[in-house]
Amino acid sequence: MIGLVLSVLLSLNGVEVQARDVPDDQGGAVELRVNFSRPLDISKILIYRVANGDTVSKKVAELDVNGQTKIKYIDKHVKNGVPVQYTLFLISQLGDTLGTVRTQMVEAKPSIFNKRKTFLLLAVLSYIALLIYFMSQARRGRELYLRPIAGLIEVDNAIGRATEMGRPILFSPGLSTISDVATIAALNILAYITRKVAAYETRIIVPVYDPIVYTIAQEVVKDAYTAAGRPDLYRAEDVFFLTSRQFAYAAGVSGIMVREKTAANFFMGYFFAESLILAETGASTGAIQIAGTDAVTQLPFFITACDYTLMGEELYAAGAYLAKDPRLTATIKGQDVMKATLATLLLLITLIAFIGPKLGLHINWETFKAYIVGL
Amino acid sequence: MILVFVMGIIGFSLYFIPHPAARQFENTLSQWSIAIGSFAIFLAITSLIRRYINNIKRGKDVFYSIVALVALFGMAGLGLFAGIDEKSLFQKIFINVNVPLDATMFSLLAFYVTSAAYRAFRARNVEATLLLVTAVVVILGISTIGDTQVWLRKTAEWIMNVPNLAQKRGILIGVGLGVIATSVKIILGIERNWMGG
Repeated sequence: MIGLVLSVLLSLNGVEVQARDVPDDQGGAVELRVNFSRPLDISKILIYRVANGDTVSKKVAELDVNGQTKIKYIDKHVKNGVPVQYTLFLISQLGDTLGTVRTQMVEAKPSIFNKRKTFLLLAVLSYIALLIYFMSQARRGRELYLRPIAGLIEVDNAIGRATEMGRPILFSPGLSTISDVATIAALNILAYITRKVAAYETRIIVPVYDPIVYTIAQEVVKDAYTAAGRPDLYRAEDVFFLTSRQFAYAAGVSGIMVREKTAANFFMGYFFAESLILAETGASTGAIQIAGTDAVTQLPFFITACDYTLMGEELYAAGAYLAKDPRLTATIKGQDVMKATLATLLLLITLIAFIGPKLGLHINWETFKAYIVGL
Repeated sequence: MILVFVMGIIGFSLYFIPHPAARQFENTLSQWSIAIGSFAIFLAITSLIRRYINNIKRGKDVFYSIVALVALFGMAGLGLFAGIDEKSLFQKIFINVNVPLDATMFSLLAFYVTSAAYRAFRARNVEATLLLVTAVVVILGISTIGDTQVWLRKTAEWIMNVPNLAQKRGILIGVGLGVIATSVKIILGIERNWMGG
């Protein structure tokens, strides 16, 4: 254990004090544990810290005992690499000092790797290995079955409908930033839709909420028109930054849907409370609507007001699904296999939780949970 | 592509490294993104102005375009030359125009929720009927009726805490796996649509 210094001094019978560097942290913290092996008339503990080389000690805490037999305190104001020593004054109910306990020198050190996240790291690496395995299988030409996703099958129909009606298509990439995977997934779908739109000579309007997303969306649309062999159809003013205020964006997009009479609306990405305003306005104009979001709280609104909704990871899968690139679709297969594995594990754990105690198997589920999620 | 790969691997590693140097590097990256963001704002506003000027030239949505441009330049001018302190005209316009407009849009949600609920709760098939029954139990259970009818409140709480939470977690597990898969595709350069390639 990096930086672990353990000291146990018993200057008062029945009191045990341990001081150690807090493991797996960014340093600057020392943990003190006080154990009372027998009942003592102690009401308070005053903790003083002195750094190596200093002559004056500093009071860092005053803890109430209240009959507790185990007390834990973390001093988060320790300098890294500087040895410190703690003196604990045990105060009686009457306010007298019953005794003092002094720890050995202890040093706070930062950790290079958080060992509590080992399981998490291994789980993620195993999943990545599974994804890479399916990608290599796809590259070798192995056919992978993918479950049909209704919302994605209807994308082409929605574009076709807009073309037949001679009306534009609206695409909103959500209200999140480019650091959000949902926004990146939305831009992947935008690229596919724009290529189709270019082939059908239909107009696409892309109002954007975030300035960085706007610059990227513009490049995506421009390149998609070029890739489709129709750079002449690209209209820079149709991909534009609208506003960075939530409800102003909702008002602006609603206005565009009503004035331009868009035939198909795509709401892809991360949305907040404005989702229902957008979807209901679109529905009132009679447009075919396809939404996709990983915002769990907004899914019910989209499901209600849109014709098709991509739920959660279906949004991420959409780009791969539409592109029909075997390497991309292979990752969807990897996701499905991992989901099946996790579902099986969850069932097993549930079973153990139910029948384990009857078989004499006692598991500390709090520790188990902390280990799994790396807390 | 190399840059995306390197930064992707670094970003992934940073999650497992608690060392202060890693945190400092993470902060530096955040500051870089803020700097890039300020350049993007300039480009974004340029696009906004270009769009509205084009609209005016074409005679399309002229009134709305003029309002948007006047609001944009007016507020920017007021902020730059008259300040943005509490008593400034900028703040007065913001509080008395912008905030009520936001609140108006937000309040429209109440009506949209009602119309969406009406559409969702029409008992057209078995699933919709189930949804209707569940919704009625939850609505009544968490309302004042639930205070007098304990069984209704408990049923509503059970619906929210067990089946509802279970499906939410199911979606979130899928989202987590999807995020990792998409990140892997981007880091390995398989997915390039988002960068216009």
